[in-house]
Parts: sequence; structure tokens; C-alpha cells
Amino acid sequence: MAAPLAPQPPDPQFVLRGTQSAVNAVHFFGGTQAQGCPLLFSGSQSGLVHIWSLQTRRTVATLDGHGGQSVNWLQTLPQGPQLLSQGRDLQLCLWDLAEGRNTIMDSVHLESVGFCRSSILAEGQLHWMLAVPGKDSDEVQILEMPSKTSVCTLKPEADAKPGMPMCLRLWQANPGPRPLLLVGYEDGSVALWDISERKVCSRIACHGEPVMGFDFDSQKTRGISGSAGKALAVWSLDGQQALQVCHTHELTNPGIADVMIRPDRKILATAGWDHRIRIFHWRTMKPLAVLAFHSASVHCVAFAADGLLAAGSKDQRISIWSLYQRT
Amino acid sequence: MEPARSAVGLSIREAVHVLQSSEDGGRVLSALESLQRYLRGTAEPALPGEQEEFAAKHFAVVLRCLVGRLSPRWLQLSPGDRLEQLWDSFFLEGPADQAFLVLMEAIEGTAGPSFRLMKMAQLLARFLSEGRVAALMEEQCRPQMKPGFPLLQETLLSKVVSLPDHLGNHLQQDNLAQFFPQNYFPLLGEEAVQVLQSVVDSLRGGLHCSVSFVSRVLGKVCIQGRHKEILGRLVPQLTARTQGSCLWQRVCWRLVEQVPDRAMEAVLTGLVEATPGPEVLSRLLGNLVLKNKKAQFVMTRKLLFMQYRCTTPMLQSLLGYLAMDSQRRPFLIQALKELLETWGSSSAVRHTPLAQQRYVSMAVLICLAHLGEPELRDSREGEQVVRAHPRPRHVRTPQDACLVLPELLASMMAGVKCRLDSSLPAVRRLGMIVAEVISTRIHPEGPPLRFQYEDDELSREMLALATPRPVGDSPLEARSSSLDPVVAETPAETMEGSVPPAQLQGSDSELDSDDDFIPYDMSGDKELKSSKAPQYVRDCMEALTTFEDKDMERWEAALKALEGLVRRNPEATREVSVELARVLLHLEERTCVAGFEELRQRALVAVTVTDPAQVAEHLTSQFYALNYSLRQRMDILDVLTLAAQELSRPGRLGRSPQHSSVGPSTQCSPTLTASQSGSVMVPDWRVVVENRIRSKTRHFSKGSPWQEPAGGPNEFASVAGCFFFPLIHHFDRPLVTFDLLGDDQLVLGRLTHTLGALMYLAVNTTVAVRMGKALLEFVWALRFHVDTYVRRGLLSAVSSVLLSVPAERLLEDLPDELLETRSWLADVAEKDVDENCRELAVRALLLLERLRDRLLSLPS
Repeated sequence: MAAPLAPQPPDPQFVLRGTQSAVNAVHFFGGTQAQGCPLLFSGSQSGLVHIWSLQTRRTVATLDGHGGQSVNWLQTLPQGPQLLSQGRDLQLCLWDLAEGRNTIMDSVHLESVGFCRSSILAEGQLHWMLAVPGKDSDEVQILEMPSKTSVCTLKPEADAKPGMPMCLRLWQANPGPRPLLLVGYEDGSVALWDISERKVCSRIACHGEPVMGFDFDSQKTRGISGSAGKALAVWSLDGQQALQVCHTHELTNPGIADVMIRPDRKILATAGWDHRIRIFHWRTMKPLAVLAFHSASVHCVAFAADGLLAAGSKDQRISIWSLYQRT
Repeated sequence: MEPARSAVGLSIREAVHVLQSSEDGGRVLSALESLQRYLRGTAEPALPGEQEEFAAKHFAVVLRCLVGRLSPRWLQLSPGDRLEQLWDSFFLEGPADQAFLVLMEAIEGTAGPSFRLMKMAQLLARFLSEGRVAALMEEQCRPQMKPGFPLLQETLLSKVVSLPDHLGNHLQQDNLAQFFPQNYFPLLGEEAVQVLQSVVDSLRGGLHCSVSFVSRVLGKVCIQGRHKEILGRLVPQLTARTQGSCLWQRVCWRLVEQVPDRAMEAVLTGLVEATPGPEVLSRLLGNLVLKNKKAQFVMTRKLLFMQYRCTTPMLQSLLGYLAMDSQRRPFLIQALKELLETWGSSSAVRHTPLAQQRYVSMAVLICLAHLGEPELRDSREGEQVVRAHPRPRHVRTPQDACLVLPELLASMMAGVKCRLDSSLPAVRRLGMIVAEVISTRIHPEGPPLRFQYEDDELSREMLALATPRPVGDSPLEARSSSLDPVVAETPAETMEGSVPPAQLQGSDSELDSDDDFIPYDMSGDKELKSSKAPQYVRDCMEALTTFEDKDMERWEAALKALEGLVRRNPEATREVSVELARVLLHLEERTCVAGFEELRQRALVAVTVTDPAQVAEHLTSQFYALNYSLRQRMDILDVLTLAAQELSRPGRLGRSPQHSSVGPSTQCSPTLTASQSGSVMVPDWRVVVENRIRSKTRHFSKGSPWQEPAGGPNEFASVAGCFFFPLIHHFDRPLVTFDLLGDDQLVLGRLTHTLGALMYLAVNTTVAVRMGKALLEFVWALRFHVDTYVRRGLLSAVSSVLLSVPAERLLEDLPDELLETRSWLADVAEKDVDENCRELAVRALLLLERLRDRLLSLPS
């Protein structure tokens, strides 16, 4: 009672409307001088990718490459204005956006029709690695890009039965040369794969429900995952490549569609099925804000390099927030 | 001695003769100087015997002669101001009492503004400033043998005390600042301290002294209502001097004891007010209450029971004083018993003003705080409390001063019962607070009694009073034990450094200086309801009537959606309106829905507004039906009022159908037992406020600042009768479960308010005249009701009649009723115990007055 009254949560800085279907993926691009004016990509249920200018807050272009099937993952490549979009038409398209172009440069045929989002690991300017859900329901396939050669297929041992992979994250420890892959599975476990040895280093059960999204802080080697259940789990990776659960955080309503840590690793945001975006302090996991703006499930959240937060929701709106920013 | 005396007399007579007749400066001077020898403290004094004789017999004559000769010319008879100095010295150095009396007499005898008057006034001012009043009073404190002394003292007393009045009367505009009461009485207070000091000194020297004159001065000043001025100076001085000096204390006790009986009350009240706390009061008064009957009466009865003007600190001083000494303690217990008796009497609850009830309650709480644990324990065991304190047998104390548990409990229960029965929230709250405190004192170990009332300033103040002065150990212990884990936690945290962050959220975030993010308000983070709200009114009804626990979410969603559905689908609603109203009326809170009462009420209002005639008929018939709770009956009244209000709002149809303007907070959804402050009477307040605005606002025909809303038919006009008459017809027929004129006076109060509101809302309708007639008859039948809340309702109903019924119809159709009402109103305005009632009556009288003015202005 003695504490001063907490301030009311802020309103979004602005709202982008006009996708005309649920927003499944958002991704920031640019913002630095070299890359021109900051953009936001959004992928919608109707298969369109909208490119928004954050200056004019209007769509700059619309990419239609997935034949009306929902787009559920967007990622830009570090080497310039190239966008990867994954759709449920079993295509992963690489778009060339340089100099106002918007053409499909390349596409990868996927063999899994699930909702699993892919992941990339850029090794150099030209070579990068791509992890996509594989042909069998519990497989993950690693591709060498841009040559599209299959490096390997990661299949769990026969008796593990973790179910489908739900989310993927390729990363490489700073001193170590070997690429690693984190996979969140349908049975609520998170596994760490060593790609070169094609074996699971460690696997922990974090949730009772399928893991819907996670994010990993490679500096602190700590990650956080959200599931269809009522809790967030924070886990860490020790020097022996073993995962362990640090603690879980109980939520008011079940269902987390996406989790994202801000690039400065101060705060994280979750996209809730309960229409709310939740903000936590990353180190302490102290709840900081509950943003109730959307009127339907929030499907995705993303942070820009400068800290701006975007959230796409089933209510066809994208809300842009500016929270706990250094001024 | 005989020849000497005659010699003194002879020489004085000679000098006086010279003074009277001579115009020669030199002779006058020498005569004066010869007289001056007889004054004390001169260079070559006369023999002491001669001085005494002069003072006793001749001094007054000389002074009168001097006064008689005073004129500008006379003073200039000799060069320089030697003559004037001599003249002054007689008044300032001679015996103070005579000089004072002669001066006062001369001032009173001198007419109009003149040199003499001013000279004398200035001399008197000097007399005051040189501390001669102290000398005067000191003189009176010595043992006196002279005949006629009491008379002289009486005269002196009245002159000393009434000096500001006399001088004010005589000097008029020319009055000197020293004689203003605000200056004079503080001075008198300081002089009294001087006198007491010299009394103390002479007592130390073994001389006998009496302070009775000072006491009488003090008493008289206090009777005149100047206790603030005189005690303001006296009390701090006495406080300081009595500290550590027994002699001073005894002089002080004596001072108060000697105050005449008729002045005792004024002095004691002043003292209680002026002293900073019980300790000081106890030091100044001693065991006065044991020695002086009058003082005992004032302290233990009059200040507590017959008046209620003491402030809380005064009460604390007073009761603390009674509690401080073991001999006085029985009085405290006696007082508590009587206070509790008063507190528990239902007639007192009904017939005394709220302020007095509050006063008595506070006194009870303070008494309880002073009663120590042993006394309470004794009383718990049924023993006499007084036994705990051994005291001399001869002291007069109330012999039956014991407080036994059953007694305490009984009066508490009686008081709480009749307070909780009251329809005034403030009275109910008083009952709750006192009951909580008493019960914690009776059963400190048991589970505490807790009522639901909102904290406000008063309740906090009262609870603070109830905490005993010597800090009880239980709260302290509780606090320290709650502190302990925190203390223990801190080192553990610092040792562990990098443990998982969840356990040290608190301290971690504090260490976190560089990213100290302040969390936003997260109170809105509630569980999301998954079930779909019904889309049709009939579905809602069905959902509300299911009794399966599985469907609770659907039930809640239906309740929340109902109002909007009803307003969007008036046709569908009309088909089921009565049934829906019945369902809603019987609806019980089955889950903890936030704002259940409000949701239900708004839905009911929406239904009533949609189909007013049918639903109002149903509701009014149910109001007098069997088997309803009081809560439901009051809900009916509230709903009718709100619906009538909405119907009568102009331009209702044009606007979008929303109800939000009648905000949730202004709606009346109180529960019977809880004590929301005044929310019981909210709709009626609105009427009162509107009445006030109406009566204070003048509307000019042109240039009104606000846009006239679009005109439209008043929908309430056609159904006002359906709302009003069924309610008013059956109030005097008791049912088995419902007796408006008996125990259920709370509902009667609500009914009167509702009727008043309906009457007010029926302004400009044709049925208003008939309604007014019926309502005035209703008011007439209930005009002497004992319940304040009912009377308030009646008074506001009268105001509504006066506002709503056209003036000419009122005068033509209801002249007798008006006259009767008028006399009743005048009576209430004068005599009612409740302030609010008096105010309402005055307001209604003003409305009547306005009516008459309009009538008088009609012919012209």
C-alpha cells in the first residue's frame, strides 16, 4: 500500500492496419544509415508479405509468393536486402529486395507441412546454414545455402518420441567452431543438437505442452521458452553442453505463441494467446508490463535493433511499442 | 497613640485644605511633599504607625482631592513637571486597592472626552503596566481583619474584572490599547502568576496566605468567557512552575478549589482546553474531583454527557486526568459505565444528534484505552476493579465502580444492535468501530471481530484513540517478528550471488541500478474467459436460469452481455420482459463476478425502460409480495427510480441507447450489512442536488449559454402512474415477512426517497397533481416517524411535490395539505435533532415561500 501507484501501461506508439488477415510473422529490417529507412515485414494468413515503412507507416510493397497459403516465418539475410519467407505451401522463398526489386531469387521446397519455423546461421558473406523441418514428422533437416545441399538430417533416437519439432534455433558458441541447434519439441522438451556429430547433447522437459516459441541468449547461454501451457520456462546451458531448467514463471492465461529477447538483452516480450503482450525483465524475470491492446491472439513479436517492439495478431493489426527505451 | 493620631490627622487636614484652595504653586508643592512622607518607600518616611493611619483613613480623601483639582492650569502652577510627578506618585505608590478604586470611580464620574479623563486613563494604564494590579491582588491575599472587608473585596473584584468594559464604555473611540480585553486579560494572567509567586514565597516564609481572591478573579473572568486569554498566560506558567515544586502544586490546587461553585465549570472547561495533556492537568488540579462536588459533577458528568463541544484532545486530557491517579480511577470506570449505558441506549441513538453520538463513542474508546490489562482482566473475572488499587478508606468514590464483563458485553451488544439497525451509514459505522474495539479488549486472544467498512479519516482517528497509551507488547512483537525474516534473508542473498534470479527478485532489482525498470500497473491482467456470450435475449435468460456449475462461465458471460442485448433488441425483449425481470430479480450471485450488483441492476433498468408499463407493474406488485428479501425490495425501488430517470430524460430516443451516463459509482448497490458511506441514498442525493441547482439557478428566456436539447415526448409521462401509485397504496398493510411501519424502516426510508424521486421526475406530466396529492397525504401520515432517514425522505418528497406540481394547481387543489405541510416543515426546521433534516425542511420552506411570492406577483 505504501508503494506509489504503478503507472498505467502505455498505449502502442502506432498501429499498422491493412493486412486484411491474421498476422503470423513480423520482422524488422534496417534502421541503420547504410540500409536506408527502417522497414517492417509482416507475413499474413492470406500468404502475403507486407513491407511497411516505419517512417510513413504505410505499406511500401506487397509480396505474393505463397499462393494464398499462410506465411509463418520471415528472416532477412545479413548480406543485404534479401528476405526469406516460409509459407505453408511448402515453399521457402528467397526474395531480392535490393533497389526496389521484389522478385523471388530462389526457393527451397520443404517437406513438412507443420507450423515449425526455420532458422538460419550465417557463417560468412556467402555461405549460410538453414535448418528446416524435415520429411518425417520428427526430423530436422540442415541445408547448406545457397547451394541447397543437404548437410544432414537430425532424427531423434527411436525410443525418444519427442514429437514434431515446433521451433528451431541454429547458433554457434563463440569459441567453438561447431554449429549447434536448439529444437523445441511437441512433447514440451527442448533439445540441443550437435550438428556435426548428429546427436543430441542434452534434452530437458520444460513444459507439459508443446513448445510454441523460444529465444536464446547466446552470450549468457540462457534461453526462455513458451508453450501452450500456463508457464514460461527459463533454462540455461552449462559448459558441458547440458541444458538445465532454471525456473518457470507462471502466467495468468495459457498459451504463448512467441518469445523474443530484445537485442540489448534487457527485456523480453511474449506473444500470448490471451490477446496480451507481456514484458519481463530478462535477467530477473520480473514482470514489467501486460499490454492489452489486441482483441485476438497475438501470434508473433519482434524487436528492432533500436529496441522498437512489433506484435502481430489475429485481429489483423500490428502494434508498434516503444518500451523502456534509453533516451 | 491618640495625640499622634490627631497630629497626623491635623497635618493632613491642613495639607488637604491647601490643596483644595490654594492657587500658589509653592504652597501646593510643599503640601504635597508633606503628604508624600506618609507613603511607603520615600526618602524620609514618617513613622510606620502614622503611615498606617494615613493609608487607612486619609489616603482616599487625599486622592479624591487630587482628582478634584486636576486640570491643565493646576498642573502648571509650579514650573517643570514636579507637580505632575508628585501627583502621579500618590496613585502609583500608595496602597494599590484604594488608588485603583479612586481612579476607576473618577474615570466613571468624568464625563465625555476631556483632559481629565485622558490623564486619568493614561495614569490607569501606567498603573497596570507597573504591576500594581499584582500588588492589589497580593494585598487581598493577606489575612484581613478589617470590618467591611468582604464588601471592599467584592467591589474590587468586580472592578478588576470588568475594567475593559468600563473603560470601553467611557472612553469610546479614545480607548487605549491596554484596556482592550485581548490585552488586559493576558496581563491579568501574568499578574496572577506574580501574585501566586509571592504567595508561595510568603508561605515559604511561614506566613499564612489565601489565594481565594485570585481564584475569584479567575472564576469571574472565565464566566465572562475570557478563559482563553487569561488561561493562555496562566497555564504555561503554572505548568512550568508546578514541575518539581510541591508547594507550587498545592497553591495551584488551592487556587482551583477556591473558585466559587458557579464559576467552577467555566474554569475547569478552560483548564481542560488550555492544558496540553492529562499529566499537566493532573498536576494542576490534583484530586479536585474528590474534594469538590461541583468539580466532580463537571468533570465526570457535564463535560461528558450534557454537552459535546470538547475536542478530542480535550477529551483525552479529561479522561486521562481521571485515569492517572488510583483514587480518581473509580470515576473513570464509573464514567465508562455510564458512557456505555448512553451508548447502548436505543433512544439515545434515535434522538441525539450524530455529533454527540460520535462524541460519546470517542469517549468510550478513550476510556477503554486507559483501562489497563489488570483492570480488564479483573473485570473479566467479575471482580471489583477498584480492589486492584489500594486506597485510603475515607475517600469518597463511587462504591459500585466495577466493570464486569457481562455488563460491558451487554451494553456493547445493545448499542451495536440499535446502531446497525439505523438507516444512517454514519451511525452504523460508529457502531462497527466501537464494537470492534470493545470486542478486541474483551477477547484479546480470540479471533478479532471485523466489520466491512471503508476506512476514512474518522474511523482511523477513532481506531487510533483506541490503542492504549502504554504501547502494548503484542503489536510490537508482531512487528519485530515480521521484520525478522527480512533481516535473515538479506545475508543469504548476498552470499549466494548468482543463484537463479527468481528467488531474489526483490533484492536483485534493487541492486540493478543501471536497468531499473519500473513495472507498469498489471492489475488488468485477468484470466481470459473462453466461453462465448449469448447472442439473443432468450439465450441469455436460459443461461441465467441454468443451475449447472459447469456453465458458470456462460452464466457470467450472459449476465455481462444482457444489458447490451436488451437495449439492442427492444422487440425481442418486450416478448419476455416480465419473465426476464423476474429472473433478474431473483438472480443470486453465484460466482465472484466483479460488479455483479451493478450488472444486474443495469440489466433490470434496461428491461424496465424497454417495456415500462408491464415491468413496472410487475415490479411494484412484487414490492409488496411475500417472500422477498429486503435487499430485493430495495433493488426494486432503485431500479424503478433509475428507469424513471432514464425515461424522463429529454431526447432519450434520439441518442444512441447507452446507459453509461448513469455511472456505476453513482448507482445504488449497497448491501444491507456493509457500510458504504451514503451510497444508500445516492439517487435521492441526485434529486436533492438537482433541487438545489434548480432553486438557485435562474433561467433567462434569452441568451442561455447551453444549446436547448431537441424536444421530444417525455416517455415517463404515460407510465408515471404505473410506477408511482402501486407503491404508495399498500405501505400501511403489514405482511408476515414485511412490515414497513415496523422493523423494516430502512425500506420505508428508501420508499420515501423513491417516491420523492418519482414525483420529481414526473414534472410537467398531467398525472403530477394526483401524485402530489397522494404523496402529501403519505407524508402527513408518516410525519412523526422516529427514523431520521425516513424523515429525510419525507422532506425531500415534499420538495419534489413543490417543484413538480404546477403552482396554481397546488394552490387550487391542495390548499389544506399545503398549510398542514407548512406548519410541519416549520416545526422540523426548528426542532429536529438531525441537521440534514433541518436543512431539508428549510429548503422546502424556501420553495413554499417562492410559491407564495409568485402568487402575490400574479395580479400585478
